[in-house]
Amino acid sequence: MNWQAVKAIYIFEMARFFRTLMQSFISPVISTSLYFVVFGAAIGSRIEEVEGVSYGAFIVPGLIMLSVITQAISNASFGIYFPKFIGTIYELLSAPINFLEIVMGYVGAAATKAMFIGLVILGTAALFVDLSIQHPIAMLAFMVLTCLSLSLFGFIIGIWAGNFEQLQLVPLLIVTPLVFLGGSFYSISMLPEGWQTVALFNPVVYLISGFRWAFFGMADVPIGLSLLAIAVFTGLCLGAIWWIFKSGWKIRN
Amino acid sequence: MAAIVEIEDVKKVYDGGFAALKGVTLNIEEGEILALLGPNGAGKTTLISTICGISRPSSGAIRVGGHDTVSDFRAARSLVGLVPQEVNLEPFETVWRTVRFSRGLFGKPKDDTLIEKILRQLSLWDKKDTAIRALSGGMKRRVLIAKALSHEPRVLFLDEPTAGVDVELRRDMWEIVAGLKADGVTIILTTHYIEEAEAIADRVGVINNGKLLLVEDKDALMTRMGQKQLRIDLQDRIATVPPALHGFDLELAEDGGSLIYRYDTRADRTGIAKLMAAMSEEGLVLRDLQTSQNSLEDIFVGLVHEPEAAA
Repeated sequence: MNWQAVKAIYIFEMARFFRTLMQSFISPVISTSLYFVVFGAAIGSRIEEVEGVSYGAFIVPGLIMLSVITQAISNASFGIYFPKFIGTIYELLSAPINFLEIVMGYVGAAATKAMFIGLVILGTAALFVDLSIQHPIAMLAFMVLTCLSLSLFGFIIGIWAGNFEQLQLVPLLIVTPLVFLGGSFYSISMLPEGWQTVALFNPVVYLISGFRWAFFGMADVPIGLSLLAIAVFTGLCLGAIWWIFKSGWKIRN
Repeated sequence: MAAIVEIEDVKKVYDGGFAALKGVTLNIEEGEILALLGPNGAGKTTLISTICGISRPSSGAIRVGGHDTVSDFRAARSLVGLVPQEVNLEPFETVWRTVRFSRGLFGKPKDDTLIEKILRQLSLWDKKDTAIRALSGGMKRRVLIAKALSHEPRVLFLDEPTAGVDVELRRDMWEIVAGLKADGVTIILTTHYIEEAEAIADRVGVINNGKLLLVEDKDALMTRMGQKQLRIDLQDRIATVPPALHGFDLELAEDGGSLIYRYDTRADRTGIAKLMAAMSEEGLVLRDLQTSQNSLEDIFVGLVHEPEAAA
């Protein structure tokens, strides 16, 4: 195991994040505040409570997930796409490292950034609503898992993308709708029955539901199922990445 | 000397069906400087990329320091440094971080003293905290070299290191190469500047159309293939070569003001004495004599065009 290389990649990637620390910090704070103004104050005043939790508090897990998922994907996809784009990938390919080490470096850094933003949002949310977290350790674990698995997914997108448009395509056309329809701002039980069934095919539902369980002890789907869904998703991503490096798809001819 | 890089019948066919390497076999000796010459698209970069692990050989085997570059890639690649042809650098990062990153990537522990030494050697030390994008083209090329040297490679590939750099930097580059050779580093450089190969290489390989046409000791190559020419300036211009001299390989130049005689230094007789005698018999008065050796360039052009003519 070439730990030096993992460390080098991780530190190099984190440096990019620290260069733009203010942006990284301020933009989630502002967007979270906006969500609270729109959803918490304007809509929340009409909904009041969802399954015994105030609406303002209810949307916190969904809001965090929304940002964590998009951040993990965009950081990881950009992280590996950029070296491809500017050509510095030659060094990764000629270095004595294997795919696992490359993935650990890039995905680790992307997940760290997403985690940081998730925590910033959690902190911002705490300023707006009264939050009590029933299973804090499970909450953190869930967040870490989500950051990791979505960063893996982002890494695949970054390898697949041939240009900047494609880099944006999947997050914009697939991930954002899935997250918005995944119960960020509502409980699946609030949907008409037919749509409830449809919603169960949305993988994000399992993430948000599990995360919400960690906060409030209630969930749309059983927590075990949520964990299984994350595990399966992570496994699929890992498998895909293993195949990518094995075959050299899009990176090594 | 032992071979540090062994290339055995390596073929590379790209997905589109283009055969970039058509069976290259080559042993690179430890400590030598090998120059690979060839026109654009000859397969030089593909060969280097295949050795370094950027692309995979379609067939054949490559060993570096006895380690197979596919099955034992870690051991093989940790011996190899690569300075690519394109200036591929992270634009927003500083020189220092970029170079340090490379060392880490190759699994070497942090060594700031070494990196300082490399940066000073390459006149980059006062730029160490500058972002790459603010550097000039020549400086960026130095950064590429610093990155490759940062992990102390035993074999260094320089892919067109002096393409598009000014004379001063080229001289610097040659000095750096000489210094590395003195440290025992094996250097393979590709170039299409023949004077570069002539100036610094121990051996020269000529590659064209994915095939290695020849690898030879530079001096031997130049002697073996070296034709010399004798230029004879005449006192009075002549309109044609006199019939008495038709037995010699002569060419009229300078509007009849001089004769060019080609001869082979390897031949038993150069024929110069005979020519001189014949000329004086014809009553031609000599004003000056000059001999010159074929350059590598002539040899190279001859080699590259030969197979095409045969095909």
